[in-house]
Amino acid sequence: MEKAAMEKALLEIRNLRATVDGKEILKGLNLTVMPGEVHAIMGPNGSGKSTLAHILSGREGYEITGGEILYCGKNLQDLKAEERAREGIFLAFQYPVEIPGVNNMYFLRTAVNAIRAHRGEPELDAMDFLSFAKAKMEKLGMNKNLTSRSVNEGFSGGEKKRNEVFQMSVLEPKLAILDETDSGLDIDALKTVAEGVNALRAPDRSFLVITHYQRLLDYIVPDKVHVLAGGQIVKSGDKSLALELEERGYVWVGNEKVETGEGRAQG
Amino acid sequence: MKIMTHDKLEELTKKEYKYGFHTDIESDSFGKGLTEDTIRLISEKKKEPEFLLEWRLRAFEHWKTLSEPTWQYVKFKPVDYQDIVYYSAPKSQKDGPKSLDEVDPELRKMFDKLGISLHEQQRLSGVAVDAVVDSVSVATTFKEKLADVGVIFCSFSEAVKHHPELIKKYLGTVVPYTDNFFAALNSAVFSDGSFVYIPKGVRCPMELSTYFRINAAETGQFERTLIVAEEGSYVSYLEGCTAPMRDENQLHAAVVELVALDRAEIKYSTVQNWYPGDENGKGGIYNFVTKRGKCKGFASKISWTQVETGSAITWKYPSVILQGDNSVGEFYSVALTNNCQQADTGTKMIHLGKNTRSTILSKGISAGRGQNAYRGLVKIQKNATGARNYTQCDSLLLGDKCGAHTFPYIEAKNKTAKVEHEATTSKISDAQIFYCKQRGISEEDAVSMIVNGFCKDVFQKLPMEFAVEAQALLGVSLEGAVG
Repeated sequence: MEKAAMEKALLEIRNLRATVDGKEILKGLNLTVMPGEVHAIMGPNGSGKSTLAHILSGREGYEITGGEILYCGKNLQDLKAEERAREGIFLAFQYPVEIPGVNNMYFLRTAVNAIRAHRGEPELDAMDFLSFAKAKMEKLGMNKNLTSRSVNEGFSGGEKKRNEVFQMSVLEPKLAILDETDSGLDIDALKTVAEGVNALRAPDRSFLVITHYQRLLDYIVPDKVHVLAGGQIVKSGDKSLALELEERGYVWVGNEKVETGEGRAQG
Repeated sequence: MKIMTHDKLEELTKKEYKYGFHTDIESDSFGKGLTEDTIRLISEKKKEPEFLLEWRLRAFEHWKTLSEPTWQYVKFKPVDYQDIVYYSAPKSQKDGPKSLDEVDPELRKMFDKLGISLHEQQRLSGVAVDAVVDSVSVATTFKEKLADVGVIFCSFSEAVKHHPELIKKYLGTVVPYTDNFFAALNSAVFSDGSFVYIPKGVRCPMELSTYFRINAAETGQFERTLIVAEEGSYVSYLEGCTAPMRDENQLHAAVVELVALDRAEIKYSTVQNWYPGDENGKGGIYNFVTKRGKCKGFASKISWTQVETGSAITWKYPSVILQGDNSVGEFYSVALTNNCQQADTGTKMIHLGKNTRSTILSKGISAGRGQNAYRGLVKIQKNATGARNYTQCDSLLLGDKCGAHTFPYIEAKNKTAKVEHEATTSKISDAQIFYCKQRGISEEDAVSMIVNGFCKDVFQKLPMEFAVEAQALLGVSLEGAVG
């Protein structure tokens, strides 16, 4: 079992330790994601969830002090942020960034063409891209005026998150990381975003869904649920774990961690 | 928000100036220095009428009483006005080319290198070009086609020869030689430039364009442009400029005068890319220019759009005097300073007539150790009932060694005036760069994209061909600065 996982895993994180400004945030984190799987990472505030998302996507400002991250068998640390993106890692941001004056479609076409160039494919011209993107927009039920607006500028919270899912659908990543995509969304927006994500589920695409609440997992049903606390995965299980967490709160895993912490550190 | 690291910025802003070559053209120059004799000689060379020589001499007398202004927010070594060559002309052009075929092949090659075709194939792009090298105009394209509709587009010297009555009527009426130190100097020694006359009711059928090139060493360029738009006419005029890379500073002191009569509209666009000096601030052009338009007629309109990426020092305030009732003045500007460049630029909107309106949109970008100042004056005079102005002034900083400064002046003498001023200063954030990179976009492309986005509102005002050039230029000027 272990051996098979190593051969085929899309993402394999081994005993990862990382610091920010000298403070250790991740303290020996282990995680294996197989192609096509949806993993939910849950945990209390400050447990290191967003740090994990940022480290995987190559944001500067984090120092990896131990362990390794293998993506498609390659050492992820050797790749710059833009190279990771071109290799199929996508981060749906918790706070999507506004870029005034830069047209949303122009931005996305630049991204698509950077990725295509990386794969040795010809560039898409503006017309081809537009028809390709418009088909995706319709599928996601996106507002058409998105094509004429600047990247995230003046978007509502829901529009921003939907725009992230739209970008994801256009960029067709192998590993999609959703960083608290549910935060700040009302139930209708949450449903739309979840439907968008579900439509993208595919045998060759894996998801890492980072969330504080179980609510999102009613709509995006995960294959595995992990609880991140104190910089480690302290508990893993199937979707029922999320429900149990909802009922008992993070204090429960906090206590659990004290009991099981010793044993885990060796794993 | 954190901003990008120094190394990255430096790497990105170090970009070479690609127009820095020098062409070997034999030139006919005067020695250095400025006296009354220099002015008489220039006038004689150009076989000018008496009135013009007298005007030049009056300007020179006045100039001698002035001293260089010091209020601008730039620092530079004083200019030695006796150490400048005031007249230099490509030799083979002594009597001016009769047709494009007579243009010196070396000169043509130079313009080809600059990407400017002097051939009539230019027709395809629908732009008529007047090319000015050092002190003289070397070629004007499409003259005949324009003449068919009565448009006069020629070098200033030709205009003096063939249309002295128009020159006499309008020269110095918008920028008198008493206006300022550099305008007085220009009035005394100007050697050539462009002249445009659009007759009543004519919409100029193509974009008109002047391309300025300083080629000779130790030479100042003092050109003069005069555009007159008669009642109900329209013209769009483009101006571009480059210079070779030289270690010494070269002075460019031009004057541009625009006159718009009843319901006439003049749109004047500039992409200025004079040599900015090297990364340590050695060499480069001193661009001390006086540009002003007069909305003389009822409901006339003058619009300035400028993209300033070159010059060691840029010091110019394209302005509009809103004299006619209901007239409109606009100023759209992108000014970029990188390395050791300094810019003090902005506009003056002088509201004299009733219901006059003006819009100012200024985008300043500073990178490297560049210093960028916006200086603007909005003046509403006593009789300008119902006058309105809207000013927006945005600065973008790339790195932490550069500076952005804003000096807005507002003088309202009429109680009905409505004047609005908005200003912002921002930096490209790490978050924006990371967002782009996470989508697969390189850092350099990300910076270029963000900067272009910042300038979008101004670029939209440029004619199509120029907008593309301006975007490319901005990318080039920033290479090694940001992304």
